[in-house]
Amino acid sequence: MNAPTPAEALAQPALAAPAVVSAAERAARQQQIVAALRPLLPAHALLHSREDTVPYECDGLTAYRALPLAVALPETEAQVAAVLKACHAIGVPVVARGAGTGLSGGAMPHTEGLVLSLAKFNKILKLDPLARTAVVQCGVRNLAISEAAAPFGLYYAPDPSSQIACTIGGNVAENSGGVHCLKYGLTVHNVLKVRGFTAEGEAVEFGSDALDCAGLDLLAVVIGSEGMLAVTTEVTVKLTPKPQLARCIMASFGDVRDAGNAVAAVIAAGIIPAGLEMMDKPMTAAVEDFVRAGYDLDAAAILLCESDGTPEEVEEEIGRMLAVLEGCGATRLQVSESEAQRLTFWSGRKNAFPASGRISPDYMCMDSTIPRKRLADILIAIAEMEKKYDLRCCNVFHAGDGNLHPLILFDANDPDQLHRCEQFGADILETSVALGGTVTGEHGVGVEKLSSMCVQFSPEERTQMIAVKTAFDPVGTLNPGKVIPTLHRCAEYGRMHVKKGLLPFPELERF
Amino acid sequence: MADAALDAIVDRVRAARADKTPLAITGGGTKAFYGGPVTGAPLDVRPLAGISSYEPSELVVTVRAGTPLAELEAALAEKGQCLPFEPPRFAAGGTVGGMVAAGLSGPARPAVGGVRDYVLGATLLNGKAEVVSFGGQVMKNVAGYDVSRLLAGSMGLLGVLCEVSLKVLPQPVAAATLRFELDEAAALRQLNTWGGQPLPLSASAWWDGMLVLRLAGAAAAVQSAKRALGGEVIDAALAAGFWQGMRDQTDEFFVGAAKAVQGGATLWRLAVPQTAPPLGLPGEQLLEWGGAQRWVVTSAPAPALRDVAARAGGHATAFRGGAPGDAFAPVAPALMTIHRGLKHAFDPDRIFNPGRLYPEL
Repeated sequence: MNAPTPAEALAQPALAAPAVVSAAERAARQQQIVAALRPLLPAHALLHSREDTVPYECDGLTAYRALPLAVALPETEAQVAAVLKACHAIGVPVVARGAGTGLSGGAMPHTEGLVLSLAKFNKILKLDPLARTAVVQCGVRNLAISEAAAPFGLYYAPDPSSQIACTIGGNVAENSGGVHCLKYGLTVHNVLKVRGFTAEGEAVEFGSDALDCAGLDLLAVVIGSEGMLAVTTEVTVKLTPKPQLARCIMASFGDVRDAGNAVAAVIAAGIIPAGLEMMDKPMTAAVEDFVRAGYDLDAAAILLCESDGTPEEVEEEIGRMLAVLEGCGATRLQVSESEAQRLTFWSGRKNAFPASGRISPDYMCMDSTIPRKRLADILIAIAEMEKKYDLRCCNVFHAGDGNLHPLILFDANDPDQLHRCEQFGADILETSVALGGTVTGEHGVGVEKLSSMCVQFSPEERTQMIAVKTAFDPVGTLNPGKVIPTLHRCAEYGRMHVKKGLLPFPELERF
Repeated sequence: MADAALDAIVDRVRAARADKTPLAITGGGTKAFYGGPVTGAPLDVRPLAGISSYEPSELVVTVRAGTPLAELEAALAEKGQCLPFEPPRFAAGGTVGGMVAAGLSGPARPAVGGVRDYVLGATLLNGKAEVVSFGGQVMKNVAGYDVSRLLAGSMGLLGVLCEVSLKVLPQPVAAATLRFELDEAAALRQLNTWGGQPLPLSASAWWDGMLVLRLAGAAAAVQSAKRALGGEVIDAALAAGFWQGMRDQTDEFFVGAAKAVQGGATLWRLAVPQTAPPLGLPGEQLLEWGGAQRWVVTSAPAPALRDVAARAGGHATAFRGGAPGDAFAPVAPALMTIHRGLKHAFDPDRIFNPGRLYPEL
């Protein structure tokens, strides 16, 4: 798989595992873990030989790799609790893992720790069509929930592009979105309850079967916490009635600025599209070559604008959308006439990543979010960066949410290209923050964007987040080293990025 | 946000921290009845007022916490937008900060989500007198923990809300209100059956054998749903008044409840799964949220209400009246440990609103 390859992880093996230990110490530590866990698990559910643990050394961000000391594959909640208790007792870091499709290294193992694979938790426990809820184990795939709900006219709304493979537990960890979240919300809007275990191995339930729960809304902070606050084993999701009809408009624009303005204009007209996505010209060319969907190759940008609801509602909304898009200077407008055609329109957008993989040895995918009105500005800035770093970039956006996925094309075998690619990526993230946005919209911080967190948050804010972590996991057993960078790391990062003669983070003590 | 109003509040917090004197965070005082009693010097956040930024095409408004809710809603209405979760106002003068801190939502809650679902970012003054911001002004944001949503419903436990960014939406183009004569069990069954269909359901209320249902959304969708569902169509002006009465608790049911509370009864709010069967509790009962929120006026003891709610899969809040310090259902010991940890993480000296959520926090 073509994948992002930031070299920082390679250059800094201490990223997630500060202690550098000798081979003998490592072997002793491994023996200790295996001895502690062996009585708790069936023999086949505990892996520690190199050939067995290598498949777990990375997630979807394949450039960041680390070999864990062991991998546990519990089959029951009692085993999960026992493993966590044992690891907590002997001070072993635990990294929970679902399908391993994450794109920010959130499930990258800890070199001194255990990978807790929850792959065996793959059952849909209950589907209640009357209550429109499903209780599923954490390892159930996102799409499998919608498939199980389909006979009742229901579905699970968040639809990340990886939905065929990614699990609901991973979705909870990342607060995953999808192409329909402007209208239907993110994971946090579609989950009622999470059952799981604390770092100490104690069973906990966040949220409830009602619409709220007593006390603080811990569910809101657990969702999107990248496995650092608790281990999720079971999720109660809301199911949504499937709209009777969905139709999609494909609109071409001769200028990216017009396309960006059209996005704002649709929303300003009081329309909340079911989906609103954008691809620039290089991306369109790459996907057309891959899926042959009949995209307009002359367009500077293409918008996909979807409406769903009752047939009357869709008819009315499509009419309003067409009028706005035309008024914004669309050069070509096409409305899907059948479900097959609608899916064809989407096929290119959904295949943007593999299509990029075909035209470049490697690519790095960014994930920042900006205010919608700055879409054209960031596109123009990225075009300048292409010249500055001498690398090509294809752009796909969840335009309705302002969530960008620039794909920087490079060859990881060329160290200079890799270096330029990293600088290019960091530049996009910092520009996004400067435009009023955030460094990650849906892929998570993981290990990949730790340094970018220094740009977005002050030392006090990062310290506050670390304190939140401590409230859930006082010893720091769960997924240590991810998401929140240390002050020291940010100081180092600041030193590497001297801008205009001024050091960023001047408030930090240095040297 | 460097300014005199904020500086003055920061100074107050710094001083309170130094003397270890608790502060009772206040805005308009419209929800003073809600939660436990707080002993502390009042800290009025209303000087932190004003809409900081609002761009309708971004669907985001950033507003300072002391801004009157009415002012925010008027500014949104001027652009054809709204807070879709219909926060209850109870009385004039409530603030945006109070709305977020109380975390209460109105009749549209089951259809559109609650306050926390619309919080995109927040600036907080924590117990160390640090001004910290989380989240942002964009729809999707997973940079760090989602601290801003945690603040919704936190009852001022974690700090002084200074500013919040909220997602806003266009006002529904069309609405219709229908009325059906149904007993409680039949109403619950019907509401849940409709809930599984792609209908523009927006709100529901059942009391004393009568179910009132609101549809809202695109005109075409409302029209076709109206035809499909039947029932008696309620005049638009009358309907608007009814839903406002539900939202602000000025409806006849709540007026009666207020009188009963004065006489020593308690108005309980039970949040339960919407499919929970009739709870069989003594006293007047009003159902909202498709059955997921049930109001009960009773003098029955707290443990009885809590037990019924818990067995149904939910929890019971002594909303008005009830024993001081016992408004909210206790949480499991493992969760209380996390609550204590979070209180310590944000407010190590326990300055803010001690006792408002739970006596020990």
